[in-house]
Amino acid sequence: MAVVTEPRASASGDFPVLDQRVHGKPLVYLDNAATTQKPQMVLDAMNQFYQVDNSNIHRGVHELSERSTRHYEEARIKIQHFLNAADWREIIFVRGATEAINLVAYTYGRRHIQAGDEILITAMEHHSNIVPWQILCEEKQAILRIAPINQRGELLMDEFEKLLNPRTKLVSVVHVSNALGTINPVAEITRMAHRHGAPVFIDGAQAVAHMKVDVQALDCDFYALSGHKMFGPTGIGVLFGKAALLNKMPPYQGGGDMISSVTFAKTTYNELPYKFEAGTPNIAGTIGLGAAVDYINEIGLDRIQAYEHELLAYGTEQLERIPGLRLIGTAREKASVLSFVMEGVHPHDVGTILDREGVAVRTGHHCAQPVLEWFGVPATTRASLAFYNTRQDIDALVAGLAKVKEIFG
Amino acid sequence: MLEGLYQEVILDHSKRPRNFHQMPDATKRVEGYNPLCGDKLALFVKLDGDTVRDISFVGAGCAISTASASLMTETVKGKSRQEAVQMMERFHDLLTTEKPASDKLGKLAVFSGVREFPARVKCATLAWHTLKSALTDAAEAVSTE
Repeated sequence: MAVVTEPRASASGDFPVLDQRVHGKPLVYLDNAATTQKPQMVLDAMNQFYQVDNSNIHRGVHELSERSTRHYEEARIKIQHFLNAADWREIIFVRGATEAINLVAYTYGRRHIQAGDEILITAMEHHSNIVPWQILCEEKQAILRIAPINQRGELLMDEFEKLLNPRTKLVSVVHVSNALGTINPVAEITRMAHRHGAPVFIDGAQAVAHMKVDVQALDCDFYALSGHKMFGPTGIGVLFGKAALLNKMPPYQGGGDMISSVTFAKTTYNELPYKFEAGTPNIAGTIGLGAAVDYINEIGLDRIQAYEHELLAYGTEQLERIPGLRLIGTAREKASVLSFVMEGVHPHDVGTILDREGVAVRTGHHCAQPVLEWFGVPATTRASLAFYNTRQDIDALVAGLAKVKEIFG
Repeated sequence: MLEGLYQEVILDHSKRPRNFHQMPDATKRVEGYNPLCGDKLALFVKLDGDTVRDISFVGAGCAISTASASLMTETVKGKSRQEAVQMMERFHDLLTTEKPASDKLGKLAVFSGVREFPARVKCATLAWHTLKSALTDAAEAVSTE
Protein backbone atom coordinates (compact mmCIF):
# COMPACT_ATOMS: atom_id res chain seq x y z
CA MET A 1 0.00 0.00 0.00
CA ALA A 2 1.41 3.39 -0.95
CA VAL A 3 1.77 5.79 1.92
CA VAL A 4 0.13 9.16 1.46
CA THR A 5 2.15 11.81 3.25
CA GLU A 6 0.63 13.36 6.30
CA PRO A 7 -1.23 16.52 5.28
CA ARG A 8 0.86 18.53 7.70
CA ALA A 9 4.16 17.44 9.17
CA SER A 10 3.64 16.52 12.84
CA ALA A 11 0.14 17.95 12.74
CA SER A 12 -0.45 16.80 16.30
CA GLY A 13 1.98 19.52 17.42
CA ASP A 14 -0.71 22.08 16.56
CA PHE A 15 -3.00 20.56 19.20
CA PRO A 16 -1.80 21.18 22.77
CA VAL A 17 -4.15 18.60 24.30
CA LEU A 18 -2.60 15.79 22.28
CA ASP A 19 0.75 16.31 23.99
CA GLN A 20 0.10 14.42 27.22
CA ARG A 21 0.33 11.05 28.85
CA VAL A 22 -2.73 9.20 30.10
CA HIS A 23 -2.22 6.48 32.73
CA GLY A 24 1.49 6.80 31.99
CA LYS A 25 1.07 6.15 28.25
CA PRO A 26 1.20 8.70 25.42
CA LEU A 27 -2.37 9.78 24.59
CA VAL A 28 -3.74 8.25 21.39
CA TYR A 29 -6.94 10.15 20.68
CA LEU A 30 -9.32 8.13 18.53
CA ASP A 31 -12.64 9.66 19.56
CA ASN A 32 -12.89 12.33 16.89
CA ALA A 33 -16.46 11.51 15.93
CA ALA A 34 -17.47 12.54 19.45
CA THR A 35 -15.42 15.69 19.34
CA THR A 36 -12.20 16.81 17.69
CA GLN A 37 -9.30 18.53 19.44
CA LYS A 38 -8.67 22.25 18.99
CA PRO A 39 -5.52 23.68 17.39
CA GLN A 40 -3.61 26.49 19.10
CA MET A 41 -4.89 28.84 16.38
CA VAL A 42 -8.49 28.36 17.53
CA LEU A 43 -7.59 28.77 21.20
CA ASP A 44 -5.65 31.94 20.38
CA ALA A 45 -8.52 33.44 18.42
CA MET A 46 -10.92 32.88 21.31
CA ASN A 47 -8.43 34.22 23.84
CA GLN A 48 -7.83 37.26 21.68
CA PHE A 49 -11.54 37.95 21.67
CA TYR A 50 -11.89 37.77 25.44
CA GLN A 51 -8.61 39.50 26.23
CA VAL A 52 -8.72 42.29 23.67
CA ASP A 53 -12.02 42.70 21.86
CA ASN A 54 -14.75 41.45 24.20
CA SER A 55 -17.95 43.37 23.61
CA ASN A 56 -21.48 42.74 22.45
CA ILE A 57 -22.17 42.88 18.73
CA HIS A 58 -24.47 44.69 16.31
CA ARG A 59 -25.36 47.58 18.61
CA GLY A 60 -22.49 49.44 20.20
CA VAL A 61 -21.02 52.48 18.55
CA HIS A 62 -17.77 52.05 20.40
CA GLU A 63 -14.53 50.60 19.09
CA LEU A 64 -14.70 47.24 20.88
CA SER A 65 -18.21 46.57 19.66
CA GLU A 66 -17.21 47.39 16.12
CA ARG A 67 -14.27 45.00 16.32
CA SER A 68 -16.38 42.20 17.82
CA THR A 69 -19.08 42.69 15.21
CA ARG A 70 -16.53 42.66 12.41
CA HIS A 71 -14.87 39.44 13.65
CA TYR A 72 -18.24 37.78 14.19
CA GLU A 73 -19.43 38.63 10.70
CA GLU A 74 -16.09 37.68 9.16
CA ALA A 75 -16.59 34.22 10.61
CA ARG A 76 -19.92 34.03 8.80
CA ILE A 77 -18.23 34.86 5.49
CA LYS A 78 -15.59 32.19 6.17
CA ILE A 79 -18.32 29.61 6.71
CA GLN A 80 -20.14 30.80 3.60
CA HIS A 81 -17.03 30.14 1.52
CA PHE A 82 -16.30 26.92 3.41
CA LEU A 83 -19.68 25.52 2.36
CA ASN A 84 -19.78 27.48 -0.89
CA ALA A 85 -23.14 29.00 -0.04
CA ALA A 86 -24.42 31.54 -2.56
CA ASP A 87 -25.10 34.22 0.03
CA TRP A 88 -23.79 35.04 3.53
CA ARG A 89 -27.37 35.55 4.68
CA GLU A 90 -27.90 31.82 4.29
CA ILE A 91 -25.50 31.08 7.17
CA ILE A 92 -27.27 30.96 10.55
CA PHE A 93 -25.27 30.48 13.72
CA VAL A 94 -26.76 27.96 16.15
CA ARG A 95 -25.43 25.86 19.04
CA GLY A 96 -24.69 22.85 16.88
CA ALA A 97 -26.13 20.47 14.31
CA THR A 98 -28.75 19.30 16.83
CA GLU A 99 -30.11 22.81 17.23
CA ALA A 100 -30.04 23.30 13.45
CA ILE A 101 -32.27 20.25 13.00
CA ASN A 102 -34.60 21.38 15.76
CA LEU A 103 -34.78 24.86 14.27
CA VAL A 104 -35.95 23.50 10.93
CA ALA A 105 -38.34 21.03 12.57
CA TYR A 106 -39.93 23.77 14.66
CA THR A 107 -40.14 26.47 12.00
CA TYR A 108 -40.22 24.95 8.52
CA GLY A 109 -41.79 21.77 9.88
CA ARG A 110 -44.54 23.41 11.89
CA ARG A 111 -45.50 25.65 9.01
CA HIS A 112 -45.42 23.13 6.18
CA ILE A 113 -46.03 19.65 7.59
CA GLN A 114 -49.66 18.61 7.90
CA ALA A 115 -51.60 15.55 9.00
CA GLY A 116 -50.83 12.60 6.72
CA ASP A 117 -47.64 14.15 5.32
CA GLU A 118 -44.47 12.10 5.37
CA ILE A 119 -40.94 12.87 6.49
CA LEU A 120 -38.29 10.50 5.17
CA ILE A 121 -35.09 9.72 7.08
CA THR A 122 -32.72 6.73 6.97
CA ALA A 123 -32.10 3.76 9.25
CA MET A 124 -28.63 5.07 10.15
CA GLU A 125 -29.57 8.42 11.67
CA HIS A 126 -28.20 9.83 14.92
CA HIS A 127 -30.90 10.34 17.56
CA SER A 128 -30.73 14.07 16.82
CA ASN A 129 -32.00 13.44 13.30
CA ILE A 130 -34.78 11.16 14.53
CA VAL A 131 -36.27 12.67 17.67
CA PRO A 132 -37.06 16.23 16.41
CA TRP A 133 -38.98 14.66 13.51
CA GLN A 134 -40.77 12.25 15.84
CA ILE A 135 -41.89 15.18 17.97
CA LEU A 136 -43.07 17.05 14.88
CA CYS A 137 -44.86 14.01 13.46
CA GLU A 138 -46.62 13.38 16.74
CA GLU A 139 -47.77 16.98 16.92
CA LYS A 140 -48.93 17.12 13.30
CA GLN A 141 -50.07 13.51 12.94
CA ALA A 142 -47.57 13.14 10.14
CA ILE A 143 -45.67 9.93 9.37
CA LEU A 144 -41.95 9.28 9.79
CA ARG A 145 -40.64 6.91 7.10
CA ILE A 146 -37.33 5.10 7.43
CA ALA A 147 -35.24 4.19 4.37
CA PRO A 148 -33.53 0.82 4.92
CA ILE A 149 -29.83 -0.09 4.69
CA ASN A 150 -27.90 -3.22 3.70
CA GLN A 151 -25.47 -5.39 5.69
CA ARG A 152 -22.59 -3.07 4.85
CA GLY A 153 -24.48 -0.13 6.29
CA GLU A 154 -25.24 1.44 2.90
CA LEU A 155 -28.51 3.10 2.07
CA LEU A 156 -30.61 1.02 -0.35
CA MET A 157 -31.18 3.67 -2.99
CA ASP A 158 -33.92 1.75 -4.80
CA GLU A 159 -35.86 1.40 -1.58
CA PHE A 160 -35.19 5.03 -0.76
CA GLU A 161 -36.64 6.15 -4.08
CA LYS A 162 -39.69 3.92 -3.64
CA LEU A 163 -40.47 5.66 -0.35
CA LEU A 164 -40.64 9.07 -2.06
CA ASN A 165 -44.17 10.06 -3.01
CA PRO A 166 -46.35 13.17 -3.25
CA ARG A 167 -46.95 13.09 0.52
CA THR A 168 -43.18 13.30 1.22
CA LYS A 169 -42.76 16.86 2.48
CA LEU A 170 -39.20 16.65 3.79
CA VAL A 171 -36.18 14.36 3.49
CA SER A 172 -33.52 14.46 6.20
CA VAL A 173 -30.39 12.35 5.90
CA VAL A 174 -27.02 12.11 7.53
CA HIS A 175 -24.06 12.91 5.26
CA VAL A 176 -21.60 10.67 7.14
CA SER A 177 -22.93 8.21 9.74
CA ASN A 178 -21.36 8.68 13.15
CA ALA A 179 -21.87 5.04 14.12
CA LEU A 180 -20.82 3.38 10.84
CA GLY A 181 -18.80 5.91 8.87
CA THR A 182 -20.98 5.44 5.77
CA ILE A 183 -20.84 8.36 3.34
CA ASN A 184 -24.29 8.76 1.88
CA PRO A 185 -24.71 9.79 -1.78
CA VAL A 186 -26.31 13.06 -0.75
CA ALA A 187 -26.23 14.68 -4.21
CA GLU A 188 -28.16 11.77 -5.69
CA ILE A 189 -30.51 11.70 -2.69
CA THR A 190 -31.20 15.40 -3.20
CA ARG A 191 -31.90 14.98 -6.92
CA MET A 192 -34.32 12.13 -6.23
CA ALA A 193 -36.12 14.03 -3.47
CA HIS A 194 -36.39 17.17 -5.59
CA ARG A 195 -37.95 15.17 -8.42
CA HIS A 196 -40.72 14.42 -5.93
CA GLY A 197 -40.88 18.00 -4.75
CA ALA A 198 -39.42 17.35 -1.29
CA PRO A 199 -36.79 19.64 0.21
CA VAL A 200 -33.68 18.00 1.66
CA PHE A 201 -31.94 18.52 4.98
CA ILE A 202 -28.41 17.13 5.31
CA ASP A 203 -26.87 16.52 8.73
CA GLY A 204 -23.22 17.20 7.99
CA ALA A 205 -21.87 17.04 11.55
CA GLN A 206 -19.55 14.10 10.77
CA ALA A 207 -18.69 15.19 7.23
CA VAL A 208 -17.21 18.67 7.29
CA ALA A 209 -13.89 17.79 8.99
CA HIS A 210 -13.22 15.07 6.46
CA MET A 211 -14.33 16.21 3.00
CA LYS A 212 -15.14 19.27 0.92
CA VAL A 213 -18.81 20.21 1.06
CA ASP A 214 -20.39 22.41 -1.60
CA VAL A 215 -24.02 23.15 -0.81
CA GLN A 216 -24.65 24.65 -4.25
CA ALA A 217 -23.29 21.59 -6.02
CA LEU A 218 -25.33 19.33 -3.72
CA ASP A 219 -28.34 21.61 -4.23
CA CYS A 220 -29.53 20.67 -0.73
CA ASP A 221 -32.04 22.94 0.96
CA PHE A 222 -30.55 22.77 4.45
CA TYR A 223 -27.15 21.68 5.75
CA ALA A 224 -26.09 21.48 9.40
CA LEU A 225 -22.70 21.33 11.06
CA SER A 226 -21.22 21.41 14.57
CA GLY A 227 -18.10 23.50 15.21
CA HIS A 228 -16.60 21.14 17.78
CA LYS A 229 -16.46 18.28 15.30
CA MET A 230 -14.29 20.36 12.94
CA PHE A 231 -11.58 21.57 15.36
CA GLY A 232 -13.68 24.48 16.61
CA PRO A 233 -15.18 25.06 20.06
CA THR A 234 -18.29 23.45 21.53
CA GLY A 235 -21.58 25.34 21.61
CA ILE A 236 -21.36 26.74 18.10
CA GLY A 237 -22.70 25.33 14.87
CA VAL A 238 -24.22 26.36 11.61
CA LEU A 239 -27.48 25.96 9.77
CA PHE A 240 -27.22 26.64 6.07
CA GLY A 241 -30.58 27.16 4.39
CA LYS A 242 -31.56 28.39 0.96
CA ALA A 243 -32.61 32.00 1.34
CA ALA A 244 -35.95 31.43 -0.42
CA LEU A 245 -36.91 28.84 2.20
CA LEU A 246 -35.49 30.69 5.20
CA ASN A 247 -37.36 33.84 4.23
CA LYS A 248 -40.65 32.00 4.31
CA MET A 249 -39.99 30.38 7.67
CA PRO A 250 -41.26 31.90 10.93
CA PRO A 251 -38.63 32.77 13.56
CA TYR A 252 -37.37 30.04 15.91
CA GLN A 253 -36.95 32.01 19.13
CA GLY A 254 -37.96 35.51 20.08
CA GLY A 255 -35.58 38.01 21.64
CA GLY A 256 -32.94 40.58 20.88
CA ASP A 257 -31.26 40.84 17.47
CA MET A 258 -34.04 38.94 15.69
CA ILE A 259 -36.36 41.94 15.45
CA SER A 260 -36.42 45.17 13.50
CA SER A 261 -38.87 46.96 15.74
CA VAL A 262 -41.03 46.07 18.69
CA THR A 263 -44.18 47.67 19.96
CA PHE A 264 -46.64 45.95 22.25
CA ALA A 265 -49.00 45.76 19.30
CA LYS A 266 -46.67 44.32 16.70
CA THR A 267 -43.11 43.18 16.18
CA THR A 268 -41.36 43.27 12.83
CA TYR A 269 -38.78 40.54 12.40
CA ASN A 270 -35.27 41.24 11.28
CA GLU A 271 -33.87 40.16 7.92
CA LEU A 272 -31.83 37.02 7.35
CA PRO A 273 -29.76 35.72 9.01
CA TYR A 274 -30.60 37.66 12.18
CA LYS A 275 -34.22 36.57 12.18
CA PHE A 276 -32.93 33.22 13.49
CA GLU A 277 -30.29 34.53 15.89
CA ALA A 278 -32.21 35.70 18.94
CA GLY A 279 -30.24 36.87 21.96
CA THR A 280 -26.54 37.59 22.35
CA PRO A 281 -24.91 34.79 20.38
CA ASN A 282 -21.85 32.69 21.18
CA ILE A 283 -19.48 35.37 19.88
CA ALA A 284 -16.23 33.79 21.07
CA GLY A 285 -17.35 30.42 19.77
CA THR A 286 -18.21 31.88 16.39
CA ILE A 287 -14.81 33.54 16.15
CA GLY A 288 -13.18 30.25 17.20
CA LEU A 289 -15.13 28.45 14.48
CA GLY A 290 -13.90 31.01 11.94
CA ALA A 291 -10.33 30.25 13.03
CA ALA A 292 -11.01 26.52 12.66
CA VAL A 293 -12.10 27.14 9.07
CA ASP A 294 -8.86 29.06 8.47
CA TYR A 295 -6.91 26.18 9.96
CA ILE A 296 -8.64 23.57 7.78
CA ASN A 297 -8.15 25.73 4.68
CA GLU A 298 -4.46 26.10 5.48
CA ILE A 299 -4.05 22.33 5.36
CA GLY A 300 -6.58 21.68 2.60
CA LEU A 301 -9.55 19.32 2.74
CA ASP A 302 -8.36 17.50 -0.40
CA ARG A 303 -5.17 16.50 1.37
CA ILE A 304 -7.01 15.68 4.57
CA GLN A 305 -9.42 13.47 2.67
CA ALA A 306 -6.72 11.61 0.74
CA TYR A 307 -4.67 11.00 3.87
CA GLU A 308 -7.59 9.89 6.01
CA HIS A 309 -8.83 7.60 3.26
CA GLU A 310 -5.60 5.72 3.39
CA LEU A 311 -5.39 5.76 7.17
CA LEU A 312 -8.89 4.27 7.31
CA ALA A 313 -7.87 1.57 4.82
CA TYR A 314 -4.83 0.76 6.96
CA GLY A 315 -6.94 0.63 10.12
CA THR A 316 -9.54 -1.58 8.43
CA GLU A 317 -6.86 -3.98 7.25
CA GLN A 318 -5.24 -4.18 10.68
CA LEU A 319 -8.52 -4.72 12.53
CA GLU A 320 -9.73 -7.34 10.07
CA ARG A 321 -6.70 -9.46 10.96
CA ILE A 322 -7.86 -9.79 14.56
CA PRO A 323 -9.71 -13.09 15.07
CA GLY A 324 -13.19 -12.66 16.54
CA LEU A 325 -13.39 -8.98 15.63
CA ARG A 326 -16.34 -7.88 13.50
CA LEU A 327 -16.46 -4.46 11.89
CA ILE A 328 -19.89 -2.83 12.08
CA GLY A 329 -20.25 -0.65 8.99
CA THR A 330 -18.27 -1.68 5.93
CA ALA A 331 -19.71 0.68 3.32
CA ARG A 332 -17.67 1.07 0.15
CA GLU A 333 -17.84 4.84 0.64
CA LYS A 334 -16.70 5.44 4.17
CA ALA A 335 -14.96 8.07 6.28
CA SER A 336 -13.21 8.22 9.63
CA VAL A 337 -15.04 5.54 11.60
CA LEU A 338 -13.91 2.07 12.69
CA SER A 339 -16.81 0.63 14.68
CA PHE A 340 -16.46 -2.97 15.85
CA VAL A 341 -17.43 -5.69 18.30
CA MET A 342 -15.19 -8.43 19.71
CA GLU A 343 -16.43 -11.91 20.40
CA GLY A 344 -16.92 -12.54 24.10
CA VAL A 345 -15.96 -9.06 25.27
CA HIS A 346 -18.37 -6.22 25.90
CA PRO A 347 -17.34 -2.87 24.31
CA HIS A 348 -17.37 -1.23 27.71
CA ASP A 349 -14.61 -3.55 28.89
CA VAL A 350 -12.70 -2.98 25.67
CA GLY A 351 -12.93 0.78 26.23
CA THR A 352 -11.65 0.58 29.82
CA ILE A 353 -8.67 -1.58 28.87
CA LEU A 354 -7.78 0.64 25.89
CA ASP A 355 -8.02 3.70 28.13
CA ARG A 356 -5.39 2.22 30.45
CA GLU A 357 -3.19 1.89 27.36
CA GLY A 358 -3.65 5.59 26.63
CA VAL A 359 -6.03 4.92 23.72
CA ALA A 360 -9.25 6.99 23.83
CA VAL A 361 -12.20 5.42 21.99
CA ARG A 362 -15.94 5.62 22.37
CA THR A 363 -18.01 2.66 23.50
CA GLY A 364 -21.76 2.38 23.57
CA HIS A 365 -24.57 2.98 21.12
CA HIS A 366 -23.22 6.33 19.86
CA CYS A 367 -26.67 7.94 20.08
CA ALA A 368 -27.72 5.77 17.16
CA GLN A 369 -29.56 2.92 18.89
CA PRO A 370 -31.82 2.00 15.95
CA VAL A 371 -28.94 1.28 13.58
CA LEU A 372 -27.06 -0.81 16.16
CA GLU A 373 -30.24 -2.73 16.86
CA TRP A 374 -30.46 -3.39 13.13
CA PHE A 375 -26.96 -4.89 13.25
CA GLY A 376 -28.02 -6.92 16.29
CA VAL A 377 -25.52 -5.44 18.73
CA PRO A 378 -26.33 -3.34 21.81
CA ALA A 379 -23.07 -1.43 21.62
CA THR A 380 -19.81 -1.17 19.71
CA THR A 381 -16.31 0.08 20.28
CA ARG A 382 -15.67 2.98 17.93
CA ALA A 383 -12.31 4.39 16.91
CA SER A 384 -12.76 7.54 14.84
CA LEU A 385 -9.96 9.30 12.99
CA ALA A 386 -8.92 12.85 12.29
CA PHE A 387 -6.10 13.99 10.03
CA TYR A 388 -3.71 14.31 13.00
CA ASN A 389 -3.90 10.58 13.63
CA THR A 390 -1.17 8.33 12.28
CA ARG A 391 -0.47 4.69 11.55
CA GLN A 392 1.24 4.53 14.93
CA ASP A 393 -2.10 5.43 16.52
CA ILE A 394 -3.74 2.50 14.73
CA ASP A 395 -0.88 0.26 15.87
CA ALA A 396 -1.44 1.41 19.46
CA LEU A 397 -5.13 0.51 19.09
CA VAL A 398 -4.26 -2.92 17.77
CA ALA A 399 -1.74 -3.47 20.60
CA GLY A 400 -4.43 -2.41 23.08
CA LEU A 401 -6.84 -4.94 21.60
CA ALA A 402 -4.19 -7.64 22.07
CA LYS A 403 -4.18 -6.67 25.74
CA VAL A 404 -7.97 -7.08 25.79
CA LYS A 405 -7.55 -10.61 24.47
CA GLU A 406 -4.88 -11.30 27.03
CA ILE A 407 -7.21 -10.36 29.88
CA PHE A 408 -10.34 -11.95 28.51
CA GLY A 409 -8.53 -14.96 27.04
CA MET B 1 -4.71 -1.34 38.03
CA LEU B 2 -6.45 -3.31 35.29
CA GLU B 3 -5.62 -6.49 37.18
CA GLY B 4 -7.39 -4.95 40.17
CA LEU B 5 -10.52 -4.48 38.06
CA TYR B 6 -10.55 -7.71 36.11
CA GLN B 7 -9.79 -10.16 38.90
CA GLU B 8 -10.08 -13.89 38.24
CA VAL B 9 -13.33 -14.19 40.19
CA ILE B 10 -14.89 -11.36 38.16
CA LEU B 11 -13.76 -12.81 34.83
CA ASP B 12 -15.03 -16.23 35.89
CA HIS B 13 -18.47 -14.92 36.86
CA SER B 14 -18.72 -12.79 33.71
CA LYS B 15 -18.00 -15.77 31.48
CA ARG B 16 -20.05 -18.27 33.49
CA PRO B 17 -22.66 -16.27 35.38
CA ARG B 18 -24.38 -18.18 38.21
CA ASN B 19 -28.17 -18.23 38.64
CA PHE B 20 -28.41 -17.07 35.03
CA HIS B 21 -31.90 -18.13 34.00
CA GLN B 22 -35.52 -17.01 33.99
CA MET B 23 -37.81 -17.88 36.88
CA PRO B 24 -41.44 -18.26 35.78
CA ASP B 25 -42.75 -18.55 39.35
CA ALA B 26 -40.83 -15.56 40.73
CA THR B 27 -42.59 -13.26 43.19
CA LYS B 28 -40.98 -10.24 41.54
CA ARG B 29 -39.56 -9.55 38.12
CA VAL B 30 -37.76 -6.21 37.82
CA GLU B 31 -35.77 -4.81 34.93
CA GLY B 32 -32.62 -2.73 35.23
CA TYR B 33 -31.16 -0.63 32.45
CA ASN B 34 -28.02 1.45 32.06
CA PRO B 35 -28.72 3.78 29.13
CA LEU B 36 -25.07 4.83 29.01
CA CYS B 37 -23.82 1.48 27.78
CA GLY B 38 -27.05 -0.32 26.98
CA ASP B 39 -26.63 -2.90 29.75
CA LYS B 40 -29.96 -4.55 30.48
CA LEU B 41 -30.92 -7.16 33.00
CA ALA B 42 -34.07 -8.77 34.30
CA LEU B 43 -33.96 -9.87 37.90
CA PHE B 44 -36.22 -12.60 39.31
CA VAL B 45 -36.80 -12.84 43.05
CA LYS B 46 -38.78 -15.48 44.90
CA LEU B 47 -39.71 -14.23 48.34
CA ASP B 48 -40.74 -16.48 51.20
CA GLY B 49 -42.11 -14.11 53.79
CA ASP B 50 -39.17 -11.84 54.41
CA THR B 51 -36.56 -14.18 52.98
CA VAL B 52 -35.06 -14.22 49.49
CA ARG B 53 -35.73 -17.92 48.85
CA ASP B 54 -34.42 -17.84 45.27
CA ILE B 55 -33.00 -15.28 42.90
CA SER B 56 -31.86 -15.32 39.25
CA PHE B 57 -31.21 -12.98 36.35
CA VAL B 58 -30.90 -12.79 32.58
CA GLY B 59 -29.52 -10.02 30.41
CA ALA B 60 -26.61 -8.70 28.42
CA GLY B 61 -23.91 -6.49 29.81
CA CYS B 62 -20.22 -5.90 30.30
CA ALA B 63 -18.01 -8.14 32.41
CA ILE B 64 -18.39 -5.96 35.49
CA SER B 65 -22.18 -5.77 35.41
CA THR B 66 -22.61 -9.47 34.60
CA ALA B 67 -20.17 -10.58 37.31
CA SER B 68 -21.75 -8.21 39.80
CA ALA B 69 -25.23 -9.58 39.13
CA SER B 70 -23.95 -13.14 39.34
CA LEU B 71 -22.13 -12.63 42.65
CA MET B 72 -25.06 -10.68 44.02
CA THR B 73 -27.45 -13.58 43.45
CA GLU B 74 -25.06 -15.94 45.24
CA THR B 75 -24.66 -13.51 48.12
CA VAL B 76 -28.28 -12.67 48.86
CA LYS B 77 -29.87 -16.07 48.31
CA GLY B 78 -31.35 -17.17 51.65
CA LYS B 79 -30.87 -13.73 53.24
CA SER B 80 -33.62 -11.55 54.67
CA ARG B 81 -34.67 -8.33 52.96
CA GLN B 82 -32.94 -6.31 55.62
CA GLU B 83 -29.70 -8.29 55.28
CA ALA B 84 -29.79 -7.85 51.51
CA VAL B 85 -30.25 -4.09 51.80
CA GLN B 86 -27.42 -3.88 54.34
CA MET B 87 -25.18 -5.81 51.97
CA MET B 88 -26.08 -3.37 49.21
CA GLU B 89 -25.05 -0.47 51.40
CA ARG B 90 -21.72 -2.11 52.23
CA PHE B 91 -21.16 -2.80 48.54
CA HIS B 92 -22.01 0.77 47.61
CA ASP B 93 -19.57 2.09 50.23
CA LEU B 94 -16.88 -0.18 48.84
CA LEU B 95 -17.26 1.33 45.38
CA THR B 96 -17.81 4.97 46.19
CA THR B 97 -16.06 5.80 49.46
CA GLU B 98 -12.60 5.62 50.97
CA LYS B 99 -13.90 3.73 54.00
CA PRO B 100 -12.04 0.49 54.70
CA ALA B 101 -13.86 -2.46 53.15
CA SER B 102 -16.32 -4.16 55.46
CA ASP B 103 -15.17 -7.65 56.50
CA LYS B 104 -18.74 -8.84 55.93
CA LEU B 105 -18.52 -8.40 52.16
CA GLY B 106 -17.20 -11.89 51.50
CA LYS B 107 -16.62 -12.54 47.80
CA LEU B 108 -17.98 -9.11 46.93
CA ALA B 109 -14.67 -7.62 48.08
CA VAL B 110 -13.25 -8.49 44.63
CA PHE B 111 -15.04 -5.39 43.35
CA SER B 112 -12.84 -3.04 45.37
CA GLY B 113 -10.82 -2.30 42.21
CA VAL B 114 -13.87 -0.71 40.57
CA ARG B 115 -13.41 2.34 42.79
CA GLU B 116 -10.43 3.34 40.65
CA PHE B 117 -12.67 3.36 37.56
CA PRO B 118 -15.44 5.89 38.27
CA ALA B 119 -17.01 5.37 34.85
CA ARG B 120 -17.57 1.73 35.74
CA VAL B 121 -19.22 2.11 39.15
CA LYS B 122 -22.64 2.14 37.50
CA CYS B 123 -21.88 -1.16 35.82
CA ALA B 124 -21.21 -2.78 39.20
CA THR B 125 -24.23 -1.27 40.93
CA LEU B 126 -26.90 -1.87 38.25
CA ALA B 127 -27.90 -5.30 39.60
CA TRP B 128 -28.02 -4.01 43.18
CA HIS B 129 -30.20 -1.03 42.27
CA THR B 130 -32.51 -3.47 40.54
CA LEU B 131 -32.58 -5.71 43.61
CA LYS B 132 -33.37 -2.78 45.86
CA SER B 133 -36.30 -1.95 43.65
CA ALA B 134 -37.50 -5.55 43.77
CA LEU B 135 -37.32 -5.59 47.57
CA THR B 136 -38.88 -2.20 48.20
CA ASP B 137 -41.85 -2.21 45.84
CA ALA B 138 -40.42 0.71 43.85
CA ALA B 139 -40.98 1.29 40.14
CA GLU B 140 -40.95 -1.72 37.84
CA ALA B 141 -37.94 -0.67 35.73
CA VAL B 142 -34.77 0.70 37.20
CA SER B 143 -32.36 2.97 35.43
CA THR B 144 -28.94 3.99 36.68
CA GLU B 145 -29.32 7.42 35.06
